[in-house]
Amino acid sequence: MVMRSPDDWLAILETVPDPEIPVLNVVEMGIVRGVDCTEGGLTVRITPTYMGCPAMDAIADDIRTTLGPFAREESRSLTVELVYSPAWTTDWLDDKAQAKLEAYGIAPPGKTSDKRALNGEAPDIRCPKCKSTETELVSLFGSTACKAHYTCGSCGEPFDHFKCI
Amino acid sequence: MDARFDYLLRLGDDALILGQQLGLWTGHGPALEEDIALTNIGLDQIGQARAWLTLAGRIEGQGRDEDRLAYFRDQAEFRNALLCERPNGHFGDTIVRQFLFDTYAVGLHEGLSRSSDPEIAAIARKSAKESAYHLRHSRAWMVRLGDGTEESHAKVQQSLDDLLPYVGDLFHSDEATQNAAVEGWGVDPAELREGWEARFNEMLDESGLTCPESVPEQTGGRVGRHTEQLSFLLAEMQVLPRTYPDAQW
Repeated sequence: MVMRSPDDWLAILETVPDPEIPVLNVVEMGIVRGVDCTEGGLTVRITPTYMGCPAMDAIADDIRTTLGPFAREESRSLTVELVYSPAWTTDWLDDKAQAKLEAYGIAPPGKTSDKRALNGEAPDIRCPKCKSTETELVSLFGSTACKAHYTCGSCGEPFDHFKCI
Repeated sequence: MDARFDYLLRLGDDALILGQQLGLWTGHGPALEEDIALTNIGLDQIGQARAWLTLAGRIEGQGRDEDRLAYFRDQAEFRNALLCERPNGHFGDTIVRQFLFDTYAVGLHEGLSRSSDPEIAAIARKSAKESAYHLRHSRAWMVRLGDGTEESHAKVQQSLDDLLPYVGDLFHSDEATQNAAVEGWGVDPAELREGWEARFNEMLDESGLTCPESVPEQTGGRVGRHTEQLSFLLAEMQVLPRTYPDAQW
């Protein structure tokens, strides 16, 4: 039997959706930081978006459920390891992932290199529905730890914005 | 004992006690958005507490994990600053407590990001992003309430007067913190005070709130001398795991 490479394992991980934002998978979200194959072992390193993100346990469980049968095929013991460094950043969401978010109805985070965000100024947040930038922050905190709550002044749509960190 | 253990308990207990209190706002926020905001901040604090306490337990090497440290220590073994155990009070009280803490936490996490201990630095870098975001929220409310109506100004000024005596405890410095700074893995909180004051004074300018001329200082949290409030808080937080020690849910 040909043993799977780390890239093969990553490809399987791409079938595991984020439990809160199922339009993205855990690799696209940047939660999966890497896969290490050792003699008889397989370690998936994951990092939290936010320290208290309550979805982390569910994500680790989903990874174990999805990879488990494949790992057993190769007689590998599967470990999901939580790492904090490097700290998760929305910059790991590439253009494709950001476009998926917008299509799903969540205004994407943009890039942290946009210094306006760091200075506490609001960058232009585009309404995911009508694309107007006449939007207003309702609350810095939204439906999950990683989102803020906005409303569109043009079409009236309330929507989530993925916080840029 | 490894000096890092006690130091990490201070970090973990601040986050744990504050997180527990913020969680009590669930369903009681003055508006839905603020209910969600306070509990989200609480969630971040609990997440930070888990990371610090897990690391503390590992360094101690006695087999205590985050839960063991959170649920099976008594009041005198807690190392949180007294500010964190001040009661929630009304919304203004909670916001002032949070602002006073956030202004400290941003400096602390920034400093610890440069720790020579890679695990401490990793948790701090992650926490720094969160504390900066929390400060945006609490600071905005300080200005909004301070520069709001006569009533909001009076209430939040009273909250500030009530809570300022507990700020000094955050900057408690002793041989342990000084050694931590010299050895390069920790920050001596005394060094954070100047930055804290600059951020604090900026808020005063913008909100129209004032600082009383003389503020008495209450200290003792870092050495386990706590106020009565902490015992009620721990009783509630610890009752379930202490009654059913091996309960799983």
